[in-house]
Amino acid sequence: MATVTYIDKSGNVYQAEVEDGVTLMEGAVHSSVPGIDAECGGACVCATCHIYIDEEWQATVGRPNEIESMTLEEVDGIKPSSRLACQIAMSSELDGLVVHVANE
Amino acid sequence: MNNNKKAVIVGGGHAGGNLVIALRKAGFDGHITLVSDEGALPYQRPPLSKSWLNESVTLERLYLKPAAFYDEQRVQVMLNSTVERIQRNDKRLLLADGTALEYDYLVLATGARARPLALPGGEFENLHCLRNLADAERLKAQLHGATHLAVIGGGYIGLEVAASARQLGVKVSVIERESRLLARVASETLSHYYQRQHQARGVDILNRVGVAELKSDAGRLTSVVLDNGVETACDLALVGIGAIPNDELARAAGLQVDNGIVVDHQARTSDPAIFAIGDVSQRPLPVYNRQFRLENISNTLEQAKIVAAVLAEQPLPADEVPWFWSDQYDIKLQIAGLGIDTDVDIVRGDPASDKFSVFRFCGDRLMAVEAVNSPAEFMLGKKWIGAGTAVDRGLIADASVSVRDCAVLHS
Repeated sequence: MATVTYIDKSGNVYQAEVEDGVTLMEGAVHSSVPGIDAECGGACVCATCHIYIDEEWQATVGRPNEIESMTLEEVDGIKPSSRLACQIAMSSELDGLVVHVANE
Repeated sequence: MNNNKKAVIVGGGHAGGNLVIALRKAGFDGHITLVSDEGALPYQRPPLSKSWLNESVTLERLYLKPAAFYDEQRVQVMLNSTVERIQRNDKRLLLADGTALEYDYLVLATGARARPLALPGGEFENLHCLRNLADAERLKAQLHGATHLAVIGGGYIGLEVAASARQLGVKVSVIERESRLLARVASETLSHYYQRQHQARGVDILNRVGVAELKSDAGRLTSVVLDNGVETACDLALVGIGAIPNDELARAAGLQVDNGIVVDHQARTSDPAIFAIGDVSQRPLPVYNRQFRLENISNTLEQAKIVAAVLAEQPLPADEVPWFWSDQYDIKLQIAGLGIDTDVDIVRGDPASDKFSVFRFCGDRLMAVEAVNSPAEFMLGKKWIGAGTAVDRGLIADASVSVRDCAVLHS
């Protein structure tokens, strides 16, 4: 179990307790965080769970795999800190993670 | 503005579930009632033929939204409830338990059911179809411990289950009537690629054969007899030969039905107070300029947004290009568009490298992109199909040219 802070496009802050192994996308959907539509349900297809990882957390969260990288390259608003929330599984070392939601 | 209107949704699948979410997101603040004949809140179906079969995942993780969402959003959910009849003159639904529900807007999201094998012989406890959670739970319980699975029908559901079964060490035979897998829905290049991938992992693929007879012993299927005389022993079987729209309620109510409930660009049926979305709807697809009955997630999402916009009196969303995906083994397939009326397929990349795409054209027009482990081609292809962007066929065939540089730019 870890606490994640999601900050939406308007600056609203959502805190969620997310269980180990559950993805950041699922944590956001469970808490109805705006901008995480997760249309494909976590299959790394639709890119509707685009988030930015706060700089201090990027090394701990890690880099996207090849499929996720290639998907992100075609997404609007890509930054070096971009990730798809459905591809990040929660673990205790991510306790306190802060992410910004890319879309409205 | 809408707060006295009553919206009743029949069907708790992806279409019905996404409509609830979309209605509130669009600002519809009237009453919402979701009537589902299933026992679970709306859940993700795609994993049921994929990872879910091999993993232990709680039901809650499949939910589109947690249970609390429906309370917070003032949505009345009626599970295990079957609709008997629509009384259009009174704008009223009658449920099997005698309950009557009044509506201002009725949305039929009743989905489709598995097409049964056209064979006498009845039901067997180890013969399955796969449409919903109840089907999947029965299949999963028997798949773990099975020795030989017979898959009847080489479509996506059958092939995804075949892949999951192989990963569990189960022997698999796929029986396909056509000369190739995915014959109605994929290019030849993609069909042949999947045939090789499954064969390389030990799946026995039988093409150009039909099922002549099912043999059983004490209520259990024991073998499938093919119409060429070959008999395939099995202790588990899955039938995946397509789906039939659940349009009976609409038909009985006198709505226009033609292989699904016929709707317009607002997802409205021939009764202006009644809408139909998802697998059950026969809908116009402006990008392709014709009517279709689609069975995919992107269709349910798009039509949910359309109905939400209409009911919330918002502008209609932009037309979308259908999209689809399949996960088999470690192969990610993504498809943008529909491969209809295609006359030329251009293959980009080498299928032997497990990273390639097929650009499917009708004349000069790009109709569909099949992308294997190639998300950029999928994402760009979807944009190009929607925008009607011309694609240079010579460039797209050259995988050393960046896919972004393959669109023909108008000066």
